[in-house]
Amino acid sequence: MWLASTLVVAVRALLGASPRWQGTPPTLAQRIYFANHTSHADTIALWAALPALLRARTRPVAAADYWGVGAVRRFIALEGLNAVLVDRGPRDRDVDPLAPLYEALDAGQSLILFPEGTRGSGALPGPFKSGLFHLAQRYPGVELVPVYLENLHRSLPKGTLFPVPLNCAVRFGAPLPRLTGEDKQAFLDRARAAVVEVSR
Amino acid sequence: MTAERKLLLVIVGVVALLVLASLVAAVLRWRAREPSAVIDNLVASIRAWWGMVAIFAAAFALGRDATIAMFALVSFFALREFITLTPTRPADHRALSLAFFVGIPVQYGLIAANWYGLFAIFLPVYGFLVLPALSALAGDPEDFLARSAKIQWAVTIAVYCISHVPALLTLDIPGYAGQDALLLFYLVLVVQISDVLQYVVGKMFGKTKLAPVVSPSKTVEGLVGGAGGAVLIGAAMAWITPFSPLQAAGMALAIVVMGFLGGLVLSAVKRSLGVKDWGDMIEGHGGMLDRMDSVVFAAPIFFHLTRYFFA
Repeated sequence: MWLASTLVVAVRALLGASPRWQGTPPTLAQRIYFANHTSHADTIALWAALPALLRARTRPVAAADYWGVGAVRRFIALEGLNAVLVDRGPRDRDVDPLAPLYEALDAGQSLILFPEGTRGSGALPGPFKSGLFHLAQRYPGVELVPVYLENLHRSLPKGTLFPVPLNCAVRFGAPLPRLTGEDKQAFLDRARAAVVEVSR
Repeated sequence: MTAERKLLLVIVGVVALLVLASLVAAVLRWRAREPSAVIDNLVASIRAWWGMVAIFAAAFALGRDATIAMFALVSFFALREFITLTPTRPADHRALSLAFFVGIPVQYGLIAANWYGLFAIFLPVYGFLVLPALSALAGDPEDFLARSAKIQWAVTIAVYCISHVPALLTLDIPGYAGQDALLLFYLVLVVQISDVLQYVVGKMFGKTKLAPVVSPSKTVEGLVGGAGGAVLIGAAMAWITPFSPLQAAGMALAIVVMGFLGGLVLSAVKRSLGVKDWGDMIEGHGGMLDRMDSVVFAAPIFFHLTRYFFA
């Protein structure tokens, strides 16, 4: 897809987005990559760091109330990045907001998820929302790979229009082990600590 | 001899040198029998030299504007490496964006437009005043002086200094019309030969460390042997320059001394930033600035000496 290739080339040229497979090699295994979120370029940077073969079967998760609004954003999200749009608004009791993600995972696709739910401004991620926990419970066979996006909070932080080109490495950590009987908060804390650990 | 013929000859010479280096590396690898990190690094570094020579030759073949554009890209990568390692704050965002997207194109545009008066002062005067003003307007006084100084330093090293290499193409030297590309080639050749010779002589005969804390690989023996060799080669290459052999030796000496100081100063900067290499974009060499550190200091001095005495 020309838009996807253009975005990948642009992000690589400006931000490097070179992969560092620190804790795991790139494999065809079905995965949920979860990362810290500080910038609009995050999704494309992580996506660009994946080998083309994996990129084709990996879909970013994007907020429907932002990326689903307006023709341009919608076009970039859906046509360019093949994103899965998720509703993060007030809960509608009848519909599970994660349903579109189940659909993608059931189809064997990998996901890119930013569990903070919104962009932060610091080098380290804030608290994680519970979506990752529910996905982990429902899909015990899918690998959960912590990813640290380096320097993107300096390159294209919230509220800026022009990037500062910096070398933004994408660091992949070892898949998060599953612990039986772990409660939600403990799991989310451990997942967040895993991203922090990759940053060191 | 025409300029094209001279250029062809020197490119053939450089390629012959690289073939020789590749052969030596192949023999070393064959004799070592077991895998060695040192030889792997040497092979990677020679392979990168092939790439750099190819890019350089292609830019030369495409002409003046392509050469200027190539050095604009070199500045872009060098500045990116520098700023990546430099602690800045969110309030510097506008100043930094401006340095990349206005500073670099304008500085190199001025070379293409042959506007020496503004080229010489654009970054040291306008950049110096406008960049910190943008940071100040963002309203964050924390570490302000240190931040502004670091940004100015990064821009001066990565953009201003490096831009003096292609600026050689704008010099109007009597009796040397249409041959400026050779002068650029001469500068880069002498700097890089000096770097390589200093490294090789230092590895073979080096005993006395010159700056053990700042740059542990530099030795007195390496400096004397490498610099001496580079000055001799510089003098022998006088036929591609507007200089007499003796003048060429003097120019080569200036290039070599400044190149050495550039390596030393940028090594000190790296150490103060807590890193060993500027980046990893050129395998076996480190980052763009690791390869350009000597050029950074040699280029402005060589440019001005040539401009003052010969243009």
